[in-house]
Amino acid sequence: MGKTLFEKIWDRHVVTTLPDGSALLYIDRHLVHEVTSPQAFEGLRLAGRKVRRPELSFATMDHNVPTTEDRMTIADPISRAQVEALRANCRDFGIALYDLGDDRQGIVHMIGPELGLTLPGLTIVCGDSHTSTHGAFGALAFGIGTSEVEHVLVTQTLVQRKPKTFKVEFAGRLAPHVFAKDMVLKLIGTIGTAGGAGHVLEYCGEAVRSLSMEARMSICNMSIEAGARAGLIAPDETTFAYIRQDRPFAPKGAALEQALARWKELPGDDDAVFDQQVTIDCNRLKPQVTWGTNPGMVIDIDQPVPGPGEAAGYSRADVENALAYMGLTPGTRLTDVPVDVVFIGSCTNARIEDLRLAAAILKGRKKAENVEVLVVPGSMQVRRQAEAEGLDEIFKAAGAQWRYPGCSMCLGMNPDQLKPRQRCASTSNRNFEGRQGKGGRTHLVSPEMAAAAAIAGTFVDIRTL
Amino acid sequence: MQPFTTHTGLIATLDRSNVDTDAIIPKQFLKSIKRTGYGPSLFFDWRYRPDGAPDPAFELDQPRFAGRSILVTRNNFGCGSSREHAVWALLQDGFRVVVAPWKEINGQRLPAFADIFRNNSVKNGLLAVELAEHEVEALFRHVATHPGARMTVDLARQRVTLEQDPSLVFAFEIDPGVKEQLLKGLDEISLTLHYEAQISRFEKAHLAEVP
Repeated sequence: MGKTLFEKIWDRHVVTTLPDGSALLYIDRHLVHEVTSPQAFEGLRLAGRKVRRPELSFATMDHNVPTTEDRMTIADPISRAQVEALRANCRDFGIALYDLGDDRQGIVHMIGPELGLTLPGLTIVCGDSHTSTHGAFGALAFGIGTSEVEHVLVTQTLVQRKPKTFKVEFAGRLAPHVFAKDMVLKLIGTIGTAGGAGHVLEYCGEAVRSLSMEARMSICNMSIEAGARAGLIAPDETTFAYIRQDRPFAPKGAALEQALARWKELPGDDDAVFDQQVTIDCNRLKPQVTWGTNPGMVIDIDQPVPGPGEAAGYSRADVENALAYMGLTPGTRLTDVPVDVVFIGSCTNARIEDLRLAAAILKGRKKAENVEVLVVPGSMQVRRQAEAEGLDEIFKAAGAQWRYPGCSMCLGMNPDQLKPRQRCASTSNRNFEGRQGKGGRTHLVSPEMAAAAAIAGTFVDIRTL
Repeated sequence: MQPFTTHTGLIATLDRSNVDTDAIIPKQFLKSIKRTGYGPSLFFDWRYRPDGAPDPAFELDQPRFAGRSILVTRNNFGCGSSREHAVWALLQDGFRVVVAPWKEINGQRLPAFADIFRNNSVKNGLLAVELAEHEVEALFRHVATHPGARMTVDLARQRVTLEQDPSLVFAFEIDPGVKEQLLKGLDEISLTLHYEAQISRFEKAHLAEVP
């Protein structure tokens, strides 16, 4: 029997099988940020342990950092202490750090691919659930807790039970104004926020093949929102073309040719068997928008908000709680609902392609008067590229704020937060209660949909704009 | 790590499904660089009113749940962010056990706990017990009708017993490796370091091949 892409990567990384049947898995790349690492480094110090392979860990600051002009001086003393702790830990243990102010700083899941750290066939972990992003390159990438961060630092391995496999076929072709974000939201709405639990999703099908690397990353990024351990896309010429660009850590010359030969062996065998599978029809896919308090509570933009008993997979109480929190009533059209804030950013949708799409909508237009619009590029590289293309001028002319990179309002650990009852059209990944600020109401959408909401001041069916 | 063998304690119920780790411990408490001090911030947004005063309507702080150490809740508990702070906050607010139901949808069994949360629980000695939906439903009913409901969770025998109704006994499944680690309070890093020679051997061959 053939192997899936996941099985090929897994098998190449098993150091040994442990007595209870779990695997000791070798980790090729470990990404580190300021929030989930300090207690791991503290653990090392208390136990008198060393970092086994400091050259395989790479750090940046993203969650806590301000995104305004004065970002270098972090006003909040607790945030500042956490950022300083990462500096000290990287210095003491010899780990490369892309610090605030560095030309390569950005959201950890943006800079991995940009630096060429993210490559096909690797195992990649980070103390962050959106590590699944890197699966877009055909790398097995997943989020871990702080104890596991410490385990990787000390041993360069993790103890893992082998996950099951789940084939997700995106069949057909996307209509105009329908994007990767809509594909993954539709998937989560279909299988639910626990639908992928215990599994690694492998995305395939015509609609996936036609996507850019940026769009593929948006899909893999939200695998965790379906409860999956990781998401994978088999590498192809699109992947290789991305890696051939200016990627400091990617192999070059003869080493690249050797790597390419190995990478071309990675796609799953034709006779590989998956534990589960689902097909999403992209021909009929419409722009998606979430109405509730988890990413599975999602509808087509032209559907009414469901009432209790009308949302598959959710109890009446789930729907009642969600509607009460969101300040919505059943039957409402979201195109009639005003928004207060538009957030274009996050590790889901803050890549150059996302900003180009948003800018194309905003060009020559003005945001609605009462709407606050934040555009937060995912990395310094994206910020520079956007400025080289003049996108920043388009955003500013439309009345949007053009910020510096960071996680920003996706989780509001820095000052970028919603106020209670503010409603946000957001390109981020989680619409949980309080995620963007206590009492804030988040609706997840694509970058085009977010930009359109900024102009109209309500949600818009982008296909009619 | 503190071993987990058996635990007897007061049950508190939280009747919500898909409780995410942002709800368990909101972002503002993740700025700390310590492992302790998270207990009072558990379920912060549900637990306190905007003025900072405890919200008397919050389920877990009802007087009848004072001293609770077992949380009984609904499916997909701990979804979302990987923050281990969620597990630290539960432990530091007095919980040793969380019970939730697995769910069957379209013939597929969906686990009670999100993957990363469950992994984080094991590393810290918090026991995550998965039961069938009807069993958890019975626990909710029992707690509603029995003030001061207490339960014994016996990890070695993999069963839970209700103190006030001995007819309610539920068996639960658990990964054998996880069970051993919890029973003995084993430190996973120390265990892995026993394989140092294998790691070095693997690493040498692997790094020669991988860029």
